[in-house]
Amino acid sequence: MDAPLLQVEGLTTHLFTDAGTVRAVEGVSLTIGRGEAVALVGESGCGKSMTALSLMRLVRPPGRILGGRVEFEGRNLLDLREEEMRRLRGGDIAMIFQDPMTFLNPLMRVGDQIAEAVRLHQGLDSRAAWRAALAALELVRIPAPDSVIEYYPHQLSGGMRQRVLIAMAISSRPSLLIADEPTTALDVTVQAQIMELLGDIRRELGSAMLLITHDLGLVAEYCDRIYVMYAGQIVEEADVGPLFASPQHPYTRALLKSTLGPDARVDAFESISGQPPDLARPPAGCRFHPRCPEALARCAHDEPPVIRPAAGRQARCWLLAQDAA
Amino acid sequence: MSLRPSLLLYVARRLLQAVPLVFVIILINFFLIHAAPGDPVDFLVGTMEATPEYLEGLRREFGLDQPLPVQLWRYVSKIAVLDMGYSLRFRQPVFELIMSRLPATLLLMGTALVVSSIVGILLGVAAARRPHTATDHAATFVALAGYSMPVFWLGQLLLIAFSLHLNWFPTQGMYDLRAPSDGWGRIVDVAHHLVLPALTYSVYHLALVYRLMRVKMQETLALDYVTTARAKGVPERRVVYVHALRNAVLPIVTVIGLNFGFMLAGSVLTETVFAWPGMGRLLYEGIQGRDYPVLMGLFTCLSVMVILVNIITDVVYAVIDPRVVYR
Ligand SMILES: Nc1ncnc2c1ncn2[C@@H]1O[C@H](COP(=O)(O)OP(=O)(O)O)[C@@H](O)[C@H]1O
Ligand SMILES: [Mg+2]
Repeated sequence: MDAPLLQVEGLTTHLFTDAGTVRAVEGVSLTIGRGEAVALVGESGCGKSMTALSLMRLVRPPGRILGGRVEFEGRNLLDLREEEMRRLRGGDIAMIFQDPMTFLNPLMRVGDQIAEAVRLHQGLDSRAAWRAALAALELVRIPAPDSVIEYYPHQLSGGMRQRVLIAMAISSRPSLLIADEPTTALDVTVQAQIMELLGDIRRELGSAMLLITHDLGLVAEYCDRIYVMYAGQIVEEADVGPLFASPQHPYTRALLKSTLGPDARVDAFESISGQPPDLARPPAGCRFHPRCPEALARCAHDEPPVIRPAAGRQARCWLLAQDAA
Repeated sequence: MSLRPSLLLYVARRLLQAVPLVFVIILINFFLIHAAPGDPVDFLVGTMEATPEYLEGLRREFGLDQPLPVQLWRYVSKIAVLDMGYSLRFRQPVFELIMSRLPATLLLMGTALVVSSIVGILLGVAAARRPHTATDHAATFVALAGYSMPVFWLGQLLLIAFSLHLNWFPTQGMYDLRAPSDGWGRIVDVAHHLVLPALTYSVYHLALVYRLMRVKMQETLALDYVTTARAKGVPERRVVYVHALRNAVLPIVTVIGLNFGFMLAGSVLTETVFAWPGMGRLLYEGIQGRDYPVLMGLFTCLSVMVILVNIITDVVYAVIDPRVVYR
């Protein structure tokens, strides 16, 4: 087997706020192979965006990356000089964000924003960069790209803006695309179009994708492997098929039940009883235990171990340790 | 950023819309004269002994024996051809007098406004990039001091320190009579005279711009599209000075425009302290001499200037921000 494209070990990012230290990313490990589509799911506020920003080394104060390794094509990104890291951003690793309404600069033409990315990474002059921007807009199937390229963001719909953001991200043919809830802000029909588009582009460029999402339906349809995140930690990892067939962690089970059961909701996370934990004061022991229907006595004070019930699978739960014992 | 063709139309429409406003100002002006106790002739004559016949003659000459609407009509139609009356004190038509003082004021205000805006913006950006450091706190303290210092007091302090004690700058006026009256010599001479009054003028404005810029820049640097710029590999300097600055500076443009009016009002103090031969000093002289035509003319001209600057501000804003819809 080839070395994976991205291998993250024990990544830890905290936010040092006035209200206390928010443990947003707590020892996260994950692996993405070349061309693979991997999902990162978890309820709102569990640290998904912080994980993505940490991978890109874009965490801003009061946040800080405290430790871990982010190995990308054999180099630990956390050791790179800022200038080397900058050249990777938008080049080999590109990112697509959640809300296309706020992630485009309102005062710059669409074409200038894409061309800027192209110029930075491919050293083209401005006319060649403009042509490359046009090509990128064509690739994301924007109708009438030669007029859209002159538009300002406010002249475009949400779906069109998301296409522009995608065009920007793929303009330098990245080998890893990090998409942070790319369709959450869009309506359902547009969502499907954008996901199809991302799939096609990935096939064409051979890029791997880390898809951060709420939507387990999207995961089932578009991803190969899935990481479930809870309160800053990865609680379960599996290939998509096995995960849906036999979830190991009670949190994953609760998620699937609410998504796939008779009273399924669009947002599975809202239907799990109890409050998501405050990451400034996470519960002792297993972070999920206050909400866990199957919690044992020890879950309240002992951190659960990571159990590997099968190849390519892991879960962080005492119940599995009991089974194994 | 591109100049849209509709921009010219917008400017034309704004200018047209300003006409009724100017008319209202002239109207207020007119009624102020008539609300004042006595009439302009009393002010003109002052404490001078005059025969009733002479006063009557003057009133007829000024049309003050006519009914009010007729007087208003005359007043407006005179101003329409830029006739603002005659100043007995200065022995000059008022409009000509005001125009002769305009360049000095524009030079002083323009220098102060441009320099303090640029310096305030740059300092604000620098502080926003390193929030809560010692430099940031020091700059904020100095700005607060500048912000709360009375203009005339600051002017006096600067005069005492830099003119009287250190003798670096002249104490008064705009020119030195012994300096060359044209070419580079003249420019250097005027610039030398300009430093202290411009500094006095700048301090408050600089403090205001700095404080606002620091906050706006901090806010903007946390916005999503700035993250996008960083995520596509834009170098940090370019993120700050290209992506964030243009957005953060928009509210500053409005404030600079608004502040123009306050600075114009403040010109009375600064120009008087430094004997700068501009409109503010003229206003002071007009008040001292009870020179009604001059005061009324100044009132009208200053109002028109404020309206014009308002329009310029909106146009600049529209040029920077493509989202502005012209209405
Ligand atoms: N700038 C910030 N200041 C303080 N806390 C933050 C900040 N950004 C995120 N957080 C906190 O960090 C945690 C993780 O946030 P995030 O990664 O955005 O969650 P997700 O993307 O999974 O919804 C949340 O608890 C959130 O409240
Ligand atoms: Mg998020």
